[in-house]
Amino acid sequence: MSADIDTPTNSGEPELQESDVVRIPRGVRLREDKARGGWVLLAPERVFQLDPIAQQVLTRVDGERDVAAIVDDLAQAFAAPRDRILADVRAMLADLITKNVLEVA
Amino acid sequence: MNSQPEAHRSPSMQPPPIGMLAELTHRCPLQCPYCSNPVELTRKREELDTETWQRVFAEAAELGVLQVHLSGGEPALRQDLETLVASCAEHGLYSNLITAGVNISRARLDALADAGLDHVQLSVQGATAEVNDHIANLPGAFDKKLAFAAEVTDVGLPLTLNSVIHRANLHQIPDLVELALELGARRLEIAHAQYYGWALQNRGALMPPREQVMEALELVEAARERLKGKLVIDAVVPDYYARLPKPCMNGWGRQSLNVTPTGKVLPCHAAETIPGLEFWNVRDHALGDIWQESPAFNAYRGTAWMPDACQSCDRREIDWGGCRCQALMLTGDATQMDPVCERSPYHDEIQTLAIVDSSRDDEFTYRRFSRQPA
Repeated sequence: MSADIDTPTNSGEPELQESDVVRIPRGVRLREDKARGGWVLLAPERVFQLDPIAQQVLTRVDGERDVAAIVDDLAQAFAAPRDRILADVRAMLADLITKNVLEVA
Repeated sequence: MNSQPEAHRSPSMQPPPIGMLAELTHRCPLQCPYCSNPVELTRKREELDTETWQRVFAEAAELGVLQVHLSGGEPALRQDLETLVASCAEHGLYSNLITAGVNISRARLDALADAGLDHVQLSVQGATAEVNDHIANLPGAFDKKLAFAAEVTDVGLPLTLNSVIHRANLHQIPDLVELALELGARRLEIAHAQYYGWALQNRGALMPPREQVMEALELVEAARERLKGKLVIDAVVPDYYARLPKPCMNGWGRQSLNVTPTGKVLPCHAAETIPGLEFWNVRDHALGDIWQESPAFNAYRGTAWMPDACQSCDRREIDWGGCRCQALMLTGDATQMDPVCERSPYHDEIQTLAIVDSSRDDEFTYRRFSRQPA
């Protein structure tokens, strides 16, 4: 009954393609956590507390944009090297897919 | 022995709770002998009304609760369940329906989904009709559960299968994993029985032998590895055979609270077994005040209440002293270290107790309402 509190880690296994479209499945919700500050991903019996980077990535996961588009957007928004962002985004999304809180559309 | 704890009121504000178990009713069509409800069950006329629950959900969201587990008994026996789900959704609370799945029609399931239900957790007592219906003491229950599970996935709601594990179904763990996959569940809970209330009364019928428990743990571990990304498997460990205590509720009054059908707010569902604790009721107090200030929540919060051996232990903020109810039950003193811990002077005694109970041949005492008082 008590939710495990998780933070997304970078240990994902399935290799995501840049052309893959990722979405938040039914039963998982992204929302602001005003009481504690920051954003959370709510899943069955689990609460993922998101750091600001994870929040930036997940708020762009809309089930329409592919991984490449999300990475382009982030690279532009944060003026950061695309390669590094791609590696980080891929690892993070893959990890959340393994945990069944994201899915490839 | 002294089981009356001193109050250790923290001077600062407590961090807000994350989860709330809303026990809407104790009424249930099943009679599982391990039920986590108290042995003294509450009747319908004593239950909170719709408006009070709606206020509790509003206060919970305000307080910082993120997830609400609508439970019982069987929560679908409340005629206002759709209204209560809608109230959770209105306040942004993630709603999880914990059900036996034997009395929810397709039309009602659709209505619950439309009201904003986020997730369904369906209990199964075994992986076959024979085992399931014997444990639930309800013929036909298993077939109804299978039909309900199919409807849940058809509606598009995510499904978790939950099975409480004990001597009468421990051999079915691989079948439960297969069943979860067949039914399209995204998650499976393999929860070894915890021996409070009804399960405590039935310990001689439920306690599994040690070697079978160890074997089961390995099976679950292997399945979890094999099905990564396909099925999330969570396990609740059988703690009588453990060396270290479970971090019960992740610490008393730390992350979650439990509202009973009559509105009492408890730090855990068994907390009422501890004599001398003062619980506050949502009929008299705001939920936030109860969380911050009620004597029961402050009794075992943090580490200040712990015996010296726990206070000096480097696991004190990992297992939070284990379980208070279990300490009381097995040592007569709720402030004792959880006797599951290998450092407890009672540790050997409870291991022996488990081994003795696992070799008994008791019949189930099914969960029932006691006779109506005159």
